[in-house]
Amino acid sequence: MYERHILICAGTGCISSGALEVKEALIEELDKHGLKDKVRIIMSGCHGFCEKGPIFIVYPEDVFYCGVQAEDVPEIVEEYLIKGNMVERLLYHDPVSGETHVSHDQIMFYHKQLRQALRNCGVIDPENIDEYIIRGGYIGLKKALQMEPMEVVNEVKTSGLRGRGGAGFPTGMKWQFANSSKGDKKYVVCNADEGDPGAFMDRSLLEGDPHAILEGMMISGRAIGADEGYIYVRSEYPLAIKRLRTAIRQAEEYGMLGENILGFDFNFKIKIKEGAGAFVCGEETALLASIEGQRGVPRHRPPFPAVEGLWSKPTCINNVETLANVPLILRRGAEKFATIGTEGSKGTKVFALTGKVNNTGLVEVPMGVTIREVVFDIGGGIRYGKKFKAAQIGGPSGGCIPDEHLDLPIDFDSLTAAGAMMGSGGLVVVDEDTCMVDMARYFLNFTRKESCGQCIPCRLGTTQMYEILEDITEGRGKPEDIKLLEELAWAIKKGSMCGLGQTAPNPVLTTLRYFRDEYEAHVYEKRCPALVCKALLQYRIDPEKCIGCRRCAKECPVDAISGEKKEPHVIDQEKCIKCGACFEACPKKVQAVEVLSEGLPELKETEACEGDCKCQS
Amino acid sequence: MAGLATALGSGAMTNTIAEIGDSACILAAGTSTTEAHPIIGYQVKKAVRNGAKLIVVNPQEVPLTQFATLHLPLKPGTDVVLLMGMAKVIIDEGLHDQNYIDERCENFDKFKESLEVYTPEFVSDTTGLPWEDVVEAARMYAENGPASILYCMGITQHSHGTDNVLAVSNLALITGNLGRLSAGVNPLRGQNNVQGACDMGSLPNVFTGYQKVENDEARQKFEKAWGVSLSGKPGLTHTEIFDAAYKGDIKAIYLIGENPVLTEANAAHSNEAMDKLDFLVVQDIFLNETAQKADVVLPAVSFAEKNGTSVNTERRVQRVRRVIDPVGESKPDWWIVSAIANEMGYEGFAYNSAEEIFNEMAKLTPSFAGINYERLDQGSIQWPCPSKDHPGTPVLHKEKFATPSGKAKLAPLEYRPSEDCCDFDFPLILTTERSLYQFHSTMTRYSEGLDELSGGEQILINPVDAEKLGIADGDLVEVSSRRGKLKVKATITRRSQPGVASLSFHFAECPTNLLTSSALDPVAKTPETKVCAIRIDKV
Amino acid sequence: MSELITLTVDGVEIKAAPGTSILRAALANGIYIPHLCDHPDLTSVGICRVCLVEIEGRRPTVSCMTPVEEGMVVTTASEDLDQTRKVNLELLVLNHDYNCQSCDKNSKCQLQELTRYIGLDEERIKAMRKPMLDSPIDDSNPYYIRDMDKCVLCGICVRTCDEIQGDGCIDFAYRGIKTKIAVLGDKPIIDSTCVTCGECVARCPVGALVPRNAVEPTYEVETICPFCGCGCGMVVGARGNKIVSSRAVSGSPANNGSLCVKGRFGLSFVNHPDRLTKPLIRKEGELVEASWEEAISLIADKFGQYKGDQYATIASAKCTVEDNYVMQKFTRAVMETNNIDHCARL
Repeated sequence: MYERHILICAGTGCISSGALEVKEALIEELDKHGLKDKVRIIMSGCHGFCEKGPIFIVYPEDVFYCGVQAEDVPEIVEEYLIKGNMVERLLYHDPVSGETHVSHDQIMFYHKQLRQALRNCGVIDPENIDEYIIRGGYIGLKKALQMEPMEVVNEVKTSGLRGRGGAGFPTGMKWQFANSSKGDKKYVVCNADEGDPGAFMDRSLLEGDPHAILEGMMISGRAIGADEGYIYVRSEYPLAIKRLRTAIRQAEEYGMLGENILGFDFNFKIKIKEGAGAFVCGEETALLASIEGQRGVPRHRPPFPAVEGLWSKPTCINNVETLANVPLILRRGAEKFATIGTEGSKGTKVFALTGKVNNTGLVEVPMGVTIREVVFDIGGGIRYGKKFKAAQIGGPSGGCIPDEHLDLPIDFDSLTAAGAMMGSGGLVVVDEDTCMVDMARYFLNFTRKESCGQCIPCRLGTTQMYEILEDITEGRGKPEDIKLLEELAWAIKKGSMCGLGQTAPNPVLTTLRYFRDEYEAHVYEKRCPALVCKALLQYRIDPEKCIGCRRCAKECPVDAISGEKKEPHVIDQEKCIKCGACFEACPKKVQAVEVLSEGLPELKETEACEGDCKCQS
Repeated sequence: MAGLATALGSGAMTNTIAEIGDSACILAAGTSTTEAHPIIGYQVKKAVRNGAKLIVVNPQEVPLTQFATLHLPLKPGTDVVLLMGMAKVIIDEGLHDQNYIDERCENFDKFKESLEVYTPEFVSDTTGLPWEDVVEAARMYAENGPASILYCMGITQHSHGTDNVLAVSNLALITGNLGRLSAGVNPLRGQNNVQGACDMGSLPNVFTGYQKVENDEARQKFEKAWGVSLSGKPGLTHTEIFDAAYKGDIKAIYLIGENPVLTEANAAHSNEAMDKLDFLVVQDIFLNETAQKADVVLPAVSFAEKNGTSVNTERRVQRVRRVIDPVGESKPDWWIVSAIANEMGYEGFAYNSAEEIFNEMAKLTPSFAGINYERLDQGSIQWPCPSKDHPGTPVLHKEKFATPSGKAKLAPLEYRPSEDCCDFDFPLILTTERSLYQFHSTMTRYSEGLDELSGGEQILINPVDAEKLGIADGDLVEVSSRRGKLKVKATITRRSQPGVASLSFHFAECPTNLLTSSALDPVAKTPETKVCAIRIDKV
Repeated sequence: MSELITLTVDGVEIKAAPGTSILRAALANGIYIPHLCDHPDLTSVGICRVCLVEIEGRRPTVSCMTPVEEGMVVTTASEDLDQTRKVNLELLVLNHDYNCQSCDKNSKCQLQELTRYIGLDEERIKAMRKPMLDSPIDDSNPYYIRDMDKCVLCGICVRTCDEIQGDGCIDFAYRGIKTKIAVLGDKPIIDSTCVTCGECVARCPVGALVPRNAVEPTYEVETICPFCGCGCGMVVGARGNKIVSSRAVSGSPANNGSLCVKGRFGLSFVNHPDRLTKPLIRKEGELVEASWEEAISLIADKFGQYKGDQYATIASAKCTVEDNYVMQKFTRAVMETNNIDHCARL
């Protein structure tokens, strides 16, 4: 009998911050103290709190150590496991209240969460099917097999589940279409081509609870009459692929996959297809083309995949998180699932919370919680006491929600109405130090590079918008640019073939909607209010404050700073490349170097380019 | 074409090019369709894209094999064995169409008997193909209808070419693939009007429309129309003419639009034959290699400078129209021949236009009787077209065959090895191919750019043979046969199977037919240019 | 034949077969919907987004990918559609080498046609950022030139190579703004599996694929290709007694609008300076020019001496039906022998 269980997070985040080394150290240390048979080590899936990784939880007491490194392990073993003394410094200290928490329930980051899709992540060993089964795994499948296919479809329809991949299409409806499509062969496809920068909910699910995905696919297969499934997963997720392969093998050994599953007249097999990392392959028709071995580019819809999908057969494509919810709906019933969330958006949503908040990581909240709750309660507020400016929701194609909408409930329809979208669930918190024009430029640069290049608006329009934004951030904005951006944005939205182009202008449209003044400051006054856009900044030395220590002059890479020792220094604006080295070099108590963006007269006077030349402007 | 005429009563493509795209199975034997007949190649590829099976029978890995469901790289000259082997599989497995055979074929029992010798061991040993592949091909062809057979010079240019053709038509007959859309036996004709030249009786044994010179009734019809008495003795064939000239029996030749110095098998022999002639007239658009030997050279116009008609490989009669004025003093061929006839004092050659000639011909030719220029200006017509209100015939043999009995005759066949066999001195087999970018030997050599694309003559040698012979890619080699030798650049490629090498015959710089054999098929008198024993030495 | 479907386009009632796209149905009924990537010989893909229409009860969509339905009400122009289309076209024009005067497709260019129909907003074009257009011209093929700065990425060439030629030697390469049509490995076209059939050149809607040294013919004549036995219908163009162009007859029975490298590009032999222009007679071992009268009379005299089986005609499969008829008639009736054959077996 084990006296204690230690869960070490083995998600990709914690592995990269040293979880495997911690495990090695722990094995060695336990061995040394003869505790090998008394303490069981479980390498779990992601706990979501990646920022504080590696996570190290001791059961049964539920002591939550975070940021544990290999060198901390002897102390934990000797002090806590043997002597019973809490290792204070490795416990979680709340950045807002300053309180120290022992168990993870007390931590605000987890307190407001409702981990449904992530129910097993960080709890079970994802490489052990038994642990999944003990926690209620494959009961949903059995129930589905006892039902008629249309009953399964109706159950999912009743639950109100909507697709978690972006657009929020009702899952039950999609299944119904696929169910009613005629075909001797049908497919179920799991879209695990998570491509949004900073998003990792699908990866965590695949790594932490792979069987839930398999079970969800099989239930979907039962509902639509498919006997084969593909998981399209990016090859950049090697751990997810490994755990999926293990899970598939174990499920086959247990008779959960294969012929006559659980003794029912139902056969199902699952194959893994590794993607090559094109963002657009997350678009369902591009994904199918990629599985077929074609160039991964979208095609016109309709026909929708539910009618004509993989190899022209009816195909039901669902996102990872959607599928993770499915076993739960079947096991506990649709009504129970529908009790959570809002009228139009049922259940929970997982977000990758990043940006300028204190607690970053993977969070799962019921639909309908407000942005304020996510940012300030779960996220622990803005770092360094800065001011909240906006939440960028929905990845590179999402939109910004400003502080006046902090109490906006997070659900599909509210977000869309506000100009953002649920997307796959990226949530980047932005503070006062972020320039919204620059951020829009950043996202446009991402989408324009990932455009498949087929349709004109997306291929040429996104680059056109990017170049205008680049000009604006570099002080070359022209008065007509704002109108032009808006016209381009709408033409791209309306004219593009697939979701990528149709949503790519969102970052620009929402920032124009909520932060138009920042654009105007850039274009008309040649200044960047957030002091981000380098070309619009000026570094100056306050002669009153400067002590003439020469530190800035020594750091300046272009020798733009002159001045005798102990005399006030001056920055030659002609030479200055605005690298900020002087600002960093100036002693904290002096702070003589100032960053300003007061509008640059020389830029204001620049004539608009005539357009005959072939230059970039 | 004699083989097909024996079995079916007509030697032309039984179906239409456009139908090929809708075939469920295509057996392409001895044809590099995408190179020699690119437009028909489009149809083959279209069929494959629509899910058709494609079986390529060819010793060489021709470009068409990229699209093949099954490629059978048999040893050159063993087609009869393969095709009869396939027929045996079809009948043994009951995949044949017994109703069709009962209704429309004769001689089935004898044919079936003759298959007995084609045992798996014999077929496999002779063709060099695994028996399983032969079985697979047979099933593929028999089970996917409509199935179309395409064949070309790879089937006919053998000393047993007629047998090959009969073997092909046997396959189509036992599976009921004749007389239906998108099926048939389709010899792909090599030149723009080769069908028309045959139809017009530019053959030693027939008048227009394949009316035999031996047939008294036919001969009398022509004698009456032309106002002369005619010989009922069939003349000599192409290769026989050169043999006769060599022996001195023929003393004068009128050679129109051809270049036998390059294209005639065993060219050294025919060259010598031409040198022995008393009088050689060559009529061409260029002073080609043969014209340089002539006593008189007459300048003809090209296609772009004359009016007339031509018949394509699918029996389609179409109008050729004059685009530009004749170059220099060149004249249409019919004008020149008529002028000679007139000069020799004959009436009946006072033609003023091509149309007049066509109308005279149509009156004497039942299969063209319904065709005239007025109709052709509205659109092309596929013969037979016996009357003015007949729409033409896209698919032959729909109701009955053109044989006297109306039934097709299944042909029992024996394997006859090629005449030119390999031995210690000549251990390799040479076969000939065509390049997409060239056409025979004259016209394309004068069209700027095509040489650049075709890359000139090269002998294609398998890496295994190349290694044995110590030849590297790009080496100059000497190729010799029992008849001649030449030097050429070597290309090492898997396109050729071990033991087989190939050359084209488009280039005067490298006259391939110095090597080839003029052993003739006993019936069709086609020379065996597809199998020739050679040796290759590094220079 | 299934029942025709009735729909209205811009208030006009039209009929079309089931499965026809709105675009093709409208075009067939004389209603123009601007389009670029659609081609009647090829499958539709809906990538240029120019043929956007509004359909009652639906979101705007591309008409080339939407099959006709009974009772459908389609609008081809509205303020919204015009604006979307216009911006789309402006982007395309901006990224296109617009030296129309020196372009071989001038006045036959689909992009010009669109520009004429849709119009451009000069102000907006002026405000837009101009890209560098500096793709090298690929002139590696002897017969046609590829200029990617003129390419509008409609993909017609890609689909032509795939669906008509069947070789698929070109495809879209790269992503985003860098997208281009390329062969495997992005090499010059001559280093690809291209067989120079020119089908893509014939279908390119702009100046991206043009025949080398293209000359506009003064007149064209429909005739038959002189090469292989396919018997392709072709339209040959000439200027000043010189052949300058050839193109396939669309819908011609044997070739259905296609040609191969020889028929499309290989006709210059007709005007080659080495063409024979006068009869030649061998005198003292040399072939020397002679008059027709002299040559004919010499031949008639000589042939008169060899009537019967001492004589043979080698006729030609490259000559017409009429030529061959006269040759065999001459052989049989004048020379009194059946010794006539041609190269059917070669």
